[in-house]
Amino acid sequence: MSDNILEIRDLTVAFRTEQGPVEILQGVSFDVKAGEIVSVVGESGSGKSVTSLAIMRLITDPNAMISGTIRYKGRNLPGLSAREMRKLRGREIAMIFQDPMTALTPVHTIGWQIAEQLRIHFGVGAKAARTRSVELLGKMGIPDPERAYGCFPHQLSGGMRQRAMIAMAISCDPAILIADEPTTALDVTVQAQILDLLQDLRREYGSSIILITHDMGVVSTIADRVLVMYSGRIIENGAKSDLLDKPQHPYTLGLMRSIPPMTGERPHRLPSISGSPPLPGNRPEGCSFRPRCEFSFSKCNAAPPLFRCNEQFAACFLAENGSHQWQRNSAQERTGE
Amino acid sequence: MLLAVVRRAFDMVFVMFGISVIAFLIFFATPGSDPSARIAGRNATPEMLAQVRASFGFDRPLYVQYGRLMQRLFIARDLTSFVNRGQKVVPAVLQATPVTLSLVFGAAVIWLTAGIGLGIVATIFRGTVIDKGLMLLALCGVSMPVFWFGSVMNLITQSRFHDTWLFSWVPGLGYTSFFESPSLWFKTLVVPWFTLSVLFIGLYARVLRASLSENYQEDYVRTARAKGLSESRIMLRHALRTSLITLLSMFGLDFGALVGGGAILTEVVFNLPGIGRLTYQALQNLDLPFIMATVMYSTFFVVLANALVDVAHAWLDPRVRDAR
Amino acid sequence: MTIVSNTSAAPAGKDKRNKPKGPWRTALSRLLRDKLAVASFLFLASIILSTASATYYADHISQTDPFQSNLDGHIEISGEPAEIMAADSEGLGLGVTPIGPTWTGQYLLGADAQGRDVAARLLYGGQNSLIVAFSSTALCLLLAGVVGTVSGFLGGIVDTILSRLLDIIWAFPIYLLAISLSIVLISKGLQIGPFHIPSNSLLLPITIIGVVYVPYVARPIRGQVLTLAKSDFVLASVCLGMPTARILVRDILPNVVTTLIVFAPIMMSLSILTESSLSFLSIGVQPPAASWGTIIQDGQGLLYTRPLVAIAPGLAIIITVLCLNFLGDGVKEAFDPKAKLRVGKD
Repeated sequence: MSDNILEIRDLTVAFRTEQGPVEILQGVSFDVKAGEIVSVVGESGSGKSVTSLAIMRLITDPNAMISGTIRYKGRNLPGLSAREMRKLRGREIAMIFQDPMTALTPVHTIGWQIAEQLRIHFGVGAKAARTRSVELLGKMGIPDPERAYGCFPHQLSGGMRQRAMIAMAISCDPAILIADEPTTALDVTVQAQILDLLQDLRREYGSSIILITHDMGVVSTIADRVLVMYSGRIIENGAKSDLLDKPQHPYTLGLMRSIPPMTGERPHRLPSISGSPPLPGNRPEGCSFRPRCEFSFSKCNAAPPLFRCNEQFAACFLAENGSHQWQRNSAQERTGE
Repeated sequence: MLLAVVRRAFDMVFVMFGISVIAFLIFFATPGSDPSARIAGRNATPEMLAQVRASFGFDRPLYVQYGRLMQRLFIARDLTSFVNRGQKVVPAVLQATPVTLSLVFGAAVIWLTAGIGLGIVATIFRGTVIDKGLMLLALCGVSMPVFWFGSVMNLITQSRFHDTWLFSWVPGLGYTSFFESPSLWFKTLVVPWFTLSVLFIGLYARVLRASLSENYQEDYVRTARAKGLSESRIMLRHALRTSLITLLSMFGLDFGALVGGGAILTEVVFNLPGIGRLTYQALQNLDLPFIMATVMYSTFFVVLANALVDVAHAWLDPRVRDAR
Repeated sequence: MTIVSNTSAAPAGKDKRNKPKGPWRTALSRLLRDKLAVASFLFLASIILSTASATYYADHISQTDPFQSNLDGHIEISGEPAEIMAADSEGLGLGVTPIGPTWTGQYLLGADAQGRDVAARLLYGGQNSLIVAFSSTALCLLLAGVVGTVSGFLGGIVDTILSRLLDIIWAFPIYLLAISLSIVLISKGLQIGPFHIPSNSLLLPITIIGVVYVPYVARPIRGQVLTLAKSDFVLASVCLGMPTARILVRDILPNVVTTLIVFAPIMMSLSILTESSLSFLSIGVQPPAASWGTIIQDGQGLLYTRPLVAIAPGLAIIITVLCLNFLGDGVKEAFDPKAKLRVGKD
């Protein structure tokens, strides 16, 4: 047994449509270690959120077809009964959503919603749940948690709402916290506070965190390991430092280039990746990044598997024989040498 | 807070005043309609007409007539019928009230229970045959003229199947006071209750079904699932709790309108001597004092219901509560 | 109310070849894909056609005058003579019972208390019911569109007065208002200046039903226009110096019309029900003209002996209203899926 708390193998999600099944996720596989912060990055539509929803089995669309295995502490989640899954949700694996305004029930107080989760999973009484909820709200850095307990979602600011959401998610001390774009709807200053909070949580509770984001800045701040998703696949997977310094996939490279450098002269125009990602029903043959890739060559007509190079993995034929020159060059460009 | 209450009360009075003016104008000042001609009869001589006009005060200016009517209706409370001279209006209205209340209250219990139940069941089975069947049934309920359905119910329970065990317990049409005989009160009202509620069951089931399935698209339902809540808890404590606010507003307005005489057709078909039938009889005789009294009575309930719904809405929906 | 369709309602470039499919055509093609709505529409059309053939039916099939009482008549059923008004065999034999359904051309559904052919009257009554429903809906939508748009667009004192008025009519129990108006007007007809509407004219129920439902439609329209007037694309037009009239015509009206279209089938179903209720209380369509409501009223006295007289027009109402509601759902989905309509009270 490894120290992997979550092992996902060949996760595929497809939706039945009038034009036949459309694969949103195509064989996604990755592991999450205990206490690790894994960041999943990608453009919108790349399948990040669907991955997280699939782990939680929250895809309720009757037209969805899901296959693959999701092993949490050795138990295969897709094989669990609805009842067992419910006991797991919120208790073992908890989730934070992007917009806490719409993700919290508008007609119940924040405190009630946190206490509800405690009462469901721990069967504690109303009073104990209340005390614990106030305590959690305080820990999240909410001033005057007693008052916040009785507030409705619309009465709090975005940052406070997200703190309340996180308080709710960690109320049962889950082993894995999935955060789906937790900072996207927030101001930049509040973003940083929330990220700090997440790191504190990992330190204090030792929870693993799967952080879904499209913001490379967030990734570089907080992640231990980074998964890059493109068009329903993981195309690169590696430790943050390796991946950011030596991106192996041209797409990751493109993402890196589009971040303004912190030092040195600013470029006139940030380079961007031309074109847009293919729609899930309309992917090109072979590598789906091929039409936008400046390095594409004959081999790219076949779909690339994940190649190992050093400690990271990349789904690109350029990485077939280990890492190569252009990444180093680009890395040097970035650091402004 | 006090200011809000005062404003609310002022609004109520304003609307009631407006309605009383409209009703008054409809009956007393519509071109071509002369109340004294009605009272004097078809073959009245001009002298008789003039006499009637003078004795009822129809020769006075309109605002004087309006003022006198309102004064006698609300302050002196001695307004009498034009048709059955001497019959006082206010006691007659008060006498009819419990009948209407009995009818509407019972129907409301049925339609709330059945409407909410059907709405929930249809949402749970949304997209399936059960959902479609229930919604079709609900639409049929909404599409039926209530007086026709009442007639059909009468046909079934009073005539065709009255001799079978199924409906032999149904007493003849009419009304028995609860205090006279509770069991007879109940028996006479069962069929009218059902008839009146069918339309609302359909309406409420449809509205609830639409509202609930909208809620199920919301992020907070996904959050509730992610928390590990059971489907029934998600339905009852999260989705339904939000939808009930809409439903309650509807209910307040419908209930108010029905208590105020909106059940006129049901009361006529089942021969229940409530406000609706009283209004209907007064209208047939063009008995103006009665009409004004029932119109003001029903307006009062409608306006009151509106105000209560606003208060309840604010109480139930924290977003509205803070918005004011 | 949505603003989604608005952006596409804005003028779509000068190049006509590249003009995208307009929102109306998109909605229409969406509607045509809705099988239930199309079926309902076809069914409604067949109802309208059959009521239109009432005269032909009366002349050639039932061969009776559905407006003339026929108390002593005879017809032949499979060679046997039958009295239209047969003496009661039970009791004292003093009363008469009209003939029941023959299921043949003459007196297909039997006769009413005056010996008139119910089937023929059903068709004539349908004509009136549909005419009243259609005209009053048109009147209501027109009035509501104008009042709502003017009130929402002009704002200020005009808006205050109009919406206050709407509030009052809104609070007036709808049946009571309709009944009050009907009672007064039916007795003498309506005299407006030189125009006189006689008391048996269909115009009376049409006007009454059209007017009482105005607040139901005008209030949402007003709200929509208010939102539109504050929306970004109207602001943009204002900033570009577009004249007010042009903004009204290009940006506001298309949306108002869309809402009116969405309301139309539902208001029509409501009008049919209201007309039948008024007629049932004998203050709607006046004799000798018939409507489905008056026929149900005629059937009340015969309810236990010849129930079909009352049941048949009720079924006709239900089927028509059901079709209109199905059509209404389809139209709503096609034109404005997010619209929230709540019509229908008591």
